[in-house]
Amino acid sequence: MLRFLAGRLAQAVLILLGISIITFGLTFLIPADPVRMIAGRSASPETVESIRQQLGLDQPLPVQYARYLGNLVQGDLGRSYVQKAEVTELIASRLPATLQLMLAAILFELLIGLPAGFFSATRRNRPSDKIVMLVSFAGVSAPQFVVGLLLIYLFAHKLGLFPLGGYGTLWHVVLPALTLGITIAGWYSRMSRSSMIEVLRQDYIRTARAKGMSEWRVVLVHGARNAILPIVAMIGIDIGLYMQGVVVVEAVFGWPGIGQLAWQAIQRLDIPIIMGVTLVAATGIVIGNLLADLATSLIDPRVRHR
Amino acid sequence: MDDAWRRLRRDRLTLFGAAVIVIVVAAAALAPWITPYDPYEQFFDGLTLEGAPLPPNERFWLGTDLLGRDLYSRLVYGARTSLIIGVVANAVAVFIGTLLGVIAGYAGGWVGVAIMRFTDMMMAFPALLLAIALAAILKPSLWIVAMVIALVNWVQTARVIYTQTRALREREYIEAARALGAAWPRIVTVHILPHLVPHILVWGTLGIAVTVLLEATLSFLGIGVQPPTPSWGGIIFESQSYFLTAPWLVVFPGISILLMALAFNLVGDGLRDALDPTQRGRD
Repeated sequence: MLRFLAGRLAQAVLILLGISIITFGLTFLIPADPVRMIAGRSASPETVESIRQQLGLDQPLPVQYARYLGNLVQGDLGRSYVQKAEVTELIASRLPATLQLMLAAILFELLIGLPAGFFSATRRNRPSDKIVMLVSFAGVSAPQFVVGLLLIYLFAHKLGLFPLGGYGTLWHVVLPALTLGITIAGWYSRMSRSSMIEVLRQDYIRTARAKGMSEWRVVLVHGARNAILPIVAMIGIDIGLYMQGVVVVEAVFGWPGIGQLAWQAIQRLDIPIIMGVTLVAATGIVIGNLLADLATSLIDPRVRHR
Repeated sequence: MDDAWRRLRRDRLTLFGAAVIVIVVAAAALAPWITPYDPYEQFFDGLTLEGAPLPPNERFWLGTDLLGRDLYSRLVYGARTSLIIGVVANAVAVFIGTLLGVIAGYAGGWVGVAIMRFTDMMMAFPALLLAIALAAILKPSLWIVAMVIALVNWVQTARVIYTQTRALREREYIEAARALGAAWPRIVTVHILPHLVPHILVWGTLGIAVTVLLEATLSFLGIGVQPPTPSWGGIIFESQSYFLTAPWLVVFPGISILLMALAFNLVGDGLRDALDPTQRGRD
């Protein structure tokens, strides 16, 4: 187990290293000169030169990268070109909002996806199963910004049940989280359906039925407990999916998380923030995958030896 | 293959998806003949006296947009944008994925390891953020958007093709071919690629759904296809600030995007079931 864990950790670190190289490379893709962005249009050549030296941009690339990496390890993501603030602080101040949104989204998505999938599994190949699966597909095919806008129109504008956007109370989180929940739940209903079908095929389910246990107890007590484990692992794998959704949903609802931070930074080509958010998101994805691996290997020891 | 075709035809959801695709393709191809107006023309009577867009009516079937243009005509022409990007971007993505997957799977060794580690890394890369950053940096046009999407979407295909190629490589008939002196280009093109076709078809179809959604999302964020070219995501982007009073400007393009993505998802899923009967019994 320890060896398996160490191997996975090493892999994760390598992946993050690779990603840091790509984000570092982004700096050189932008047409604008970062020094000019910081110094402003009217700066004298001397000022520009001194800022360039200060940032280490006159050094050869490997040295620049080593410096960037050295700062990263210390948790220093650099300074924003536009906002005149430390990127680490900017992200830290936005991260709680994003995490809150993601947690609420996962909750909604499970509340919709699991029952739908379990229901479908018990009605396998009947019309009601087909309908649930069609709706699931429609959910994952729906553009998140459209779902978000329609929820705003219906529940905030017409019915006035929720705020139109913004951040603060629990009421604010409902619509953005529901948007993500609706558009992701479809993957989970499909997953929980096949997971439940797999479980219902097992011998102990037959035993439970033979003992005369009612069908819904079989499904809820024995079935759900065993079918849920692979689904929990899947949440870890899907962190990337949630991150993507968060960027869109935060833009629609004006939710002050890191997605919005990145989005504003991109419009102003504020590369350090884009690099920072990308790295933080990637780290989240890598950690999610790691936890999923760990969970799966705890559930099924065979995974460790593959 | 005949068997697969029969299974495919029996699946009603797949048929529904296929019908939608046929309709969208036909609409895109016949756009000039089935639209009443030019999608770029701004009608004087396309706005109310206060300058607001018109809701659906007899003259403008789906209403007008903020500039008084006919929404129905713009939607039909927008199908072209969606389809072109969906098909081209995904074809490039599937090509890159297949190429890398086959090389990594067949060559193995350090080449394989290097390619697959790179693929793992791209899996962990927040694709939308990368696409947004690239699109913002590169001043988006139709083709740039397609290439940006291709650059972030090849990963899934590469993984699937890699696994399949690895499994195929160990089969006896490949060994026999090698023993008979067949060179690797021949083995790959004659003995491996044909077996990958079903997987390429499946991912080639499912990927279009992903691409259509990504294009719409980029356009909605204002960094996709640039106005005045009609694109479904772009129409929503343009009318965002007005949608509480003119919801049709979100609803109709929204439904279009959903139907298109749904259709490709259904057909892709149906293909997967039909081409891989072992999966069928399982769910």
